[in-house]
Amino acid sequence: MWILDKDLWSEIFATLGKNLFRTFLTMLGVIIAMIILVLLLGGANGMSNGFQKIFAGTASNSLFIWSQSTSEPYKGFERGRRIQFKLEDATILKEQIEEIEVLAPRIELGSHRGIVTVYRNGLTSGSSVYGDYPNIDDIMKKKLVEGRFLNENDMEDFKKVCVIGEETYKLLFDKGENAIGEDVRINGVFFNIVGIYKPNQNINIDGENSVYIPFSTFQKAFGSGDRMGWMAISVKPDVKVPVVESQIKRLLKNKYDINPIDERAIGSFDLSEVFNNVTSFTTVLQGVSFFVGILTLLAGVIAISNILLITVKERTKEIGIRRALGATPRVVKRQIVLESIVITVFAGFVGFAIAVGFLAIANNMIGENSDMPFYNLMISIPQFIVSFVLMVGLSVLIGLIPANRAIRIKPIDALREE
Amino acid sequence: MIQIKDLHKSYKMGKNSLHVLKGINFNVEEGELVAIMGSSGSGKSTLLNILGMLDSSDTGEYILDNVPIKNLNETKAARYRNKFLGFVFQSFNLINYKSAAENVALPLYYQKVPRKERQEKALKYLEQVGLKEWASHLPSELSGGQKQRVAIARALAAEPKVLLADEPTGALDSKTSYEVMDLIQKINDQGNTILIVTHEPDIADMCKRIVHLKDGVIIEDKKIEQVRAEQYV
Repeated sequence: MWILDKDLWSEIFATLGKNLFRTFLTMLGVIIAMIILVLLLGGANGMSNGFQKIFAGTASNSLFIWSQSTSEPYKGFERGRRIQFKLEDATILKEQIEEIEVLAPRIELGSHRGIVTVYRNGLTSGSSVYGDYPNIDDIMKKKLVEGRFLNENDMEDFKKVCVIGEETYKLLFDKGENAIGEDVRINGVFFNIVGIYKPNQNINIDGENSVYIPFSTFQKAFGSGDRMGWMAISVKPDVKVPVVESQIKRLLKNKYDINPIDERAIGSFDLSEVFNNVTSFTTVLQGVSFFVGILTLLAGVIAISNILLITVKERTKEIGIRRALGATPRVVKRQIVLESIVITVFAGFVGFAIAVGFLAIANNMIGENSDMPFYNLMISIPQFIVSFVLMVGLSVLIGLIPANRAIRIKPIDALREE
Repeated sequence: MIQIKDLHKSYKMGKNSLHVLKGINFNVEEGELVAIMGSSGSGKSTLLNILGMLDSSDTGEYILDNVPIKNLNETKAARYRNKFLGFVFQSFNLINYKSAAENVALPLYYQKVPRKERQEKALKYLEQVGLKEWASHLPSELSGGQKQRVAIARALAAEPKVLLADEPTGALDSKTSYEVMDLIQKINDQGNTILIVTHEPDIADMCKRIVHLKDGVIIEDKKIEQVRAEQYV
């Protein structure tokens, strides 16, 4: 096997090594191209990872449904009728639409996004107060700083407990003061704090300053009966959210005698759409990065070919001597193509190492707990392999140009040249 | 060793054709030391290039060591050159970034001789030309005469049938020229066949036979009494 021929390699390295500066200049193009490629890909991947981190804990295939007022008259009802969901709707939907994975009913104290005053020891906080099922945590994971989230026991026993946001904590407690086990008063009812959570800065559906209490306790304490404010729903994997969304709406419209063409009676928000937008954005970004990077790499490899062409011209005599001494055209060709590959691969690795260093520094600066949509900037192994295979492939193709030039030189002409 | 019959060669220069070799006939026996003489334009270099398979003839026969040399492609020519011929050039043609030993070992590399054997042989032939101590030096660190001796060692390393020397002393002063000729004579004494192209009569006199070329034909082919170069060294 010629590839294991030690002499062949020492020939190549001797040739490249005899003019280190020129070899280095030749490599510079590919080094820079590789840096650009890896930084672009790393940045795009980092953005993709960053968004993923932001969305972590939020079910990507989820939607929210709430009731509004009708905008079309139907079955003798006038327009502008206020629709009020009932808790039984949740059971009906869960039973009739099997694509629903989790359905978390919720009720809010006061009007939507209304502010309720929460009291503690003379301090007050204007908060949103939600009656929730514990399974809301499966759709929108709460990052708990302390304590726990609501659970089934709280629901069954109508426990007067609550989970408060960091913002609420800041308003009601001194810094560093223990809050777990303390009571707060909402509409004259005392609730025991069991957990404090940190809101997700990037996806904030519940508002900054919120208090969660068990749905059952909410019903009992505030006399909300069987009313339900809105529903957070996640659908099963492999099911498209808009399909389920229209199924749900059709069912609810039928139940509440809403005109089927009425678009405003039932409000909804499809979170999967946001996810898909972000995902396609980062995918396009990665694609563009790859494209630009590979073209830059191509330019770098062409630069190598150019320099090798000049080198071949310079080495006309040397090649002539080698031919006179018995080097076949194939041997000469192989040597020049291998020179091209060696320069390219070495430069590629150097560029790669430098770029990875940059990415590591960037990762270090961004850190773990940043709200910027950048996280773990790095290129993936498949991207690395594809880049390298492409680079080597290009270097072979482009190395053939100077190699063919070299073997066109007749030894007699080469030797005559002084 | 070499049989040439009715060799013709012409070069096309635009519309005109320049007839350089006009029917050359000559034979070289094994162990001969032949000087090919002639003024510039006589066709002596062309003849040597054809003998060296660096160029091809238009018509005529060329048999080297009982192998007819014809229809050569580049690969075949390279193999034959490697196997049959050793070259010594006027301008030495050493590879300047390789040490003396590496230069000598180069034809052996193309013969696919193993590395260790190559190095041994290279040293052996450097010793024969008296440059063993200079084995690791680059050509730029050697004098002209030393360079030519390295080139001769390189030509010998492949153990060729015929040694072809194109003006081997052309770039050397007369004292160094005689040293090189002394070396060539000694190599010839060992039974090697050597052809030298030269235009210097004193160099030609140091051979055993002189072939005179003029205007593409042999005008004289005589055996002479060899002048030993030793006495001038």
